[in-house]
Amino acid sequence: MFDDPNVVLHCEKIDKIYPGTKALDGVSFDVLKGKVNVLIGENGAGKSTLMKMIAGIEHPSAGTMYMDGKEIVLKDTNAAREHGIGIIHQELSLFPNLNIYQNIYMGHEQKKGFFLNDSAHSEGAKKVLQRLEHEMDPNTMVGDLRVGQQQMIEIGRNLLQNNLRILIMDEPTSSLSTAEVQVLFKIMRELTAAGISIVYISHRLEEIMEIGDHVTILRDGKYVADADVKDIQLSWIVKNMVGTDKSYRRIPRTIDLKKQPEILRVEHLSLPKRGGGFLVNDVSFDLKKGEILGIYGLLGAGRSEVFECLMGMHPESTGKIFLEGKEIKAGSIAEQIERGFAIVPEDRQAMGLVQSLDIEHNLSLSAIKDYRRGGFFVDEKKQAEKVEEEIKDIHIKVADKSLPILSLSGGNQQKVVIGKCILTGPKILLLDEPSRGIDIGAKTEVFDIIHKYAEEGLSIIVVSSELKEIMAIADRIMVLSNGLKTGELLGEEITEDNLVLASYAGHHTDNGKKESQK
Amino acid sequence: MKSKDNSKLMMTLMKGRTFIVLVVLLIFFSIANNKFLQVTTLTMLAKHVALYGILAIGMTFVIITGGIDLSVGSVVGLAGMIAGGMIQEGVTLQFAGVTLYFSVPMIVIFSIILGGLVGLVNGFIITKLGVAPFITTLGTMYICRGFANLRSGGATFSSIAGEEGLGNTGFKSIGGSIGIIPVGAVIFLILAVIGAVLLKKTAFGWHVLAVGGNERSARLSGIKADKVKIIVYIISGVMAAIVGLINTAQLAAAHPASGDSWEMNAIAAAVLGGTSMAGGSGTIVGTIVGAFVIGVINDGMTMCGVSEFWQKVIRGFVIIAAVVIDQMQRNMEAKMALQSRNENK
Repeated sequence: MFDDPNVVLHCEKIDKIYPGTKALDGVSFDVLKGKVNVLIGENGAGKSTLMKMIAGIEHPSAGTMYMDGKEIVLKDTNAAREHGIGIIHQELSLFPNLNIYQNIYMGHEQKKGFFLNDSAHSEGAKKVLQRLEHEMDPNTMVGDLRVGQQQMIEIGRNLLQNNLRILIMDEPTSSLSTAEVQVLFKIMRELTAAGISIVYISHRLEEIMEIGDHVTILRDGKYVADADVKDIQLSWIVKNMVGTDKSYRRIPRTIDLKKQPEILRVEHLSLPKRGGGFLVNDVSFDLKKGEILGIYGLLGAGRSEVFECLMGMHPESTGKIFLEGKEIKAGSIAEQIERGFAIVPEDRQAMGLVQSLDIEHNLSLSAIKDYRRGGFFVDEKKQAEKVEEEIKDIHIKVADKSLPILSLSGGNQQKVVIGKCILTGPKILLLDEPSRGIDIGAKTEVFDIIHKYAEEGLSIIVVSSELKEIMAIADRIMVLSNGLKTGELLGEEITEDNLVLASYAGHHTDNGKKESQK
Repeated sequence: MKSKDNSKLMMTLMKGRTFIVLVVLLIFFSIANNKFLQVTTLTMLAKHVALYGILAIGMTFVIITGGIDLSVGSVVGLAGMIAGGMIQEGVTLQFAGVTLYFSVPMIVIFSIILGGLVGLVNGFIITKLGVAPFITTLGTMYICRGFANLRSGGATFSSIAGEEGLGNTGFKSIGGSIGIIPVGAVIFLILAVIGAVLLKKTAFGWHVLAVGGNERSARLSGIKADKVKIIVYIISGVMAAIVGLINTAQLAAAHPASGDSWEMNAIAAAVLGGTSMAGGSGTIVGTIVGAFVIGVINDGMTMCGVSEFWQKVIRGFVIIAAVVIDQMQRNMEAKMALQSRNENK
């Protein structure tokens, strides 16, 4: 049906529907033979979902895949492997309790009769490690390795495959050092020279310009554009990634922020990374009363970690925090909540809600100690009153507050989490990806709530990886990249280009210097 | 450098700690009671350890996958009752009006298959119906104990010697000795070797460790995690049935309450031997040493006249202490790994 000698694998109008969302919407995608096929898009654009289909981990809701012109159905990872498709996962999928050669050969063991041939494993693992320029003792436990070394093991597992034709790499460089990235690129060139096709997902735009051959852009689960890398420039990628159709109305502020007192100042905040380096690297910023400060950055830029430091979850962090002019030590979460900090976590289901409790008790969870009578019993009348008030205040659409929390839509669940924080009467509200996983209508409502409380004098910090959103909501935007603060934008300076460029400015800074010297 | 050597020595001691404890216990009890190191005592000890040890081998596989099998003690009782009943009463086919008697090998095979079936049911409920291992095997624990009692209405089958005329003699020899070595101990040794080889030297063993270490990764690596889990419960059930047979033969009687709470001894042996309850790590050799420690504590204290109630208290302390030391070792290992990594930089 489909036949083009330059195309190894062709995806035709793939749909993927998850309960509530359409992750992929009629996406067609070609994997070109012997090329580095780059797939880019914002978080949630559907890149990883598409790759999981090709690797046999997920199954399309609709659409067909063709390999060499013939239709294929990949029922699991083993089927994909038989077709010569390998994948390096975004999150490491190794076994920390096993050693290097066991990890490399897991699932395709070498046997001598009934028994394992460990000397063959050991030899084979050594060869693979040599090829990766990472000579290590194959008996080393993988749990004892640095993250970058573990990533190399993950890559090594795929190099074993003799019939490898397509190698999918989902952000393989996110935890590698500059030198390790160069080794990886060298191997990628070797592989493509041998006729193997690579599908490469990365957020690091400069990497794409260096290693990519062909770029395909996805946005909101849809195909947007594709082009050869030699024909395009960075700005073309940024323009297509962000799009122009979707935008939120910006509500003007009535408070003159210049006249507002400073409520929070953070100086030289640093958080060391396990195994070397920094998650947050010497970041300083301030926050005024009633201000909405946006923090923009890519995945792993250190955004959530800044919040975690402010909430006292990392006593090992260094730097100074001043609350209303007084220096404080962020030692524990309970202390920080007491001081007036509140956080709406990124992962609503895992960290924001207690699924077994109803709406009322989720809302009152953080503030419940304020509703005590006689120091021990909960004053249920007072609790109910406060909860009713809050439900009205933030427009949670609910028939009965004793319904289970999961009966609410994602947007309303998020409002409950925000409401829970507001009920503690915070001075500073931290919102980590407040619009994640909720539909566009609910997003606007959440933004309205944020705006409303800021107008009432609450100071808010919002983390978001969605450009349009953060531009619509924040008064001022700080950009983080690779743990470094790479920009602080105000008013007219807040443009898509500025934000995107700053968001990858912190990567491979030594590379950047070399380029500019040329 | 000096402190590093010290910590290395410390690590070696830590790793062999269960073995060291075993030696210390042997010395202690042989001083406390001069009859402890006699042949009769030691053969008795070997008989006891064989029973716990075989159960613990199956339990180790289950715990490594991150599960637990509480049903093994009841399977010991059920398998014993089924075997004892088949010898003493035969199997009566009412519609035909005949009673069939089976040969001992047939009875042994039948009992083992029965144990395997219980394991299969456990594995199926856990993997396909998604019930937690603790709950599933708690349920089958009661079910098997119930059936063990139902088989005889709670009575004991005490004539398991068989009759020449029926061709079902010889069952008792499973509980006998070869020279001074009990048959049960020989079976234990054979099963231990098979278990250790299975875990260390076969792809199945890797898959057991992989499923326990990171189930999601195991599935992504193309490992059929459900199949692996079902097999470990079958292994555990089969081991329990074998223990049921040995125990019945040793006692020369099948009692429906046999094996009551033995699952706890098996779990204790595995944990003492360094198997992590979180799954992903454990060795058969460790488990065997663990089983010996449990056996020596039990028999040693009995011989020294420690009351059974105090024995329970002490056993509880030993288990908790073992896990606490295990945690300390893990923390130390992590620290040392970090140290050597920093030094390599």
